[in-house]
Amino acid sequence: MTKPNPRIKLPESAKAGEIIEVKTLITHIMETGNRHDKHGRLISRNIINAFVALFGDVEVFRAEFGPGVSANPYVAFQLRVPGPGAFDFAWTDDQGVTTTAREILNVVT
Amino acid sequence: MRKLITISVMDRRSFLVSASAASCMLASIGRVAAENASAPERSLQFDSEFQAIIGSATPVEHGLTVDLPERADNGNFVPITISVESPMTDADYVKTIHLLSTANPVAGVARFHLSPLNGVARVQSRLRLAKSQDVVTLAELSTGDMLIATSFVKVLIGGCGL
Repeated sequence: MTKPNPRIKLPESAKAGEIIEVKTLITHIMETGNRHDKHGRLISRNIINAFVALFGDVEVFRAEFGPGVSANPYVAFQLRVPGPGAFDFAWTDDQGVTTTAREILNVVT
Repeated sequence: MRKLITISVMDRRSFLVSASAASCMLASIGRVAAENASAPERSLQFDSEFQAIIGSATPVEHGLTVDLPERADNGNFVPITISVESPMTDADYVKTIHLLSTANPVAGVARFHLSPLNGVARVQSRLRLAKSQDVVTLAELSTGDMLIATSFVKVLIGGCGL
């Protein structure tokens, strides 16, 4: 399987106290565990089951996914910008693979 | 003179692929026909998950807005936007949003954990829906209140093999 590739979209700049939207996506097959291969064997489940977002080492958003989330899971959430800082994102799948991404928020005064 | 006769033989793989695609489509057509006649059924797994989340609370249909298409052409990618009317202060905020499917093989779709840091309770994602069904969203507030919204989505081509 190809390596999960995270993509983050933040506003170009933000002010402290402003509410921004944080868009995240990671490439992942999200294999449900209910499909069969061409020989009729069940393909074992492998989905991203957990996603967490930190801003300046403080957890600001967390999600748990089931197989009902689409392939390449996309999540967007809101954040009131506490000040300058960076986001740390982490996605974990059923095989225990954790993919991380760091993104600095451009905070202007 | 001899005439050349070509017989096209489908190999095993392409036969299986087209056969499974055909059976998948037939199944969804059958489902749509059946569903038009009656209200959508809810899986046993949905019932038990739903009970486990609400506990002794009585969910109210107020302040929770769920944007889902009424008709989804492709059950593999169904966009959803969930917003809750909440001040998102330390005293009153949305703790958790639960997303449940009433007719997928697995009822629990996703769970989102929020806090006053978010400022606004609004989450977007994309779902897989195996067939036409109700999607039930529950928002758990810090005050102990529980909000509910139910959205029926008609799925034309189901998320097959879900």
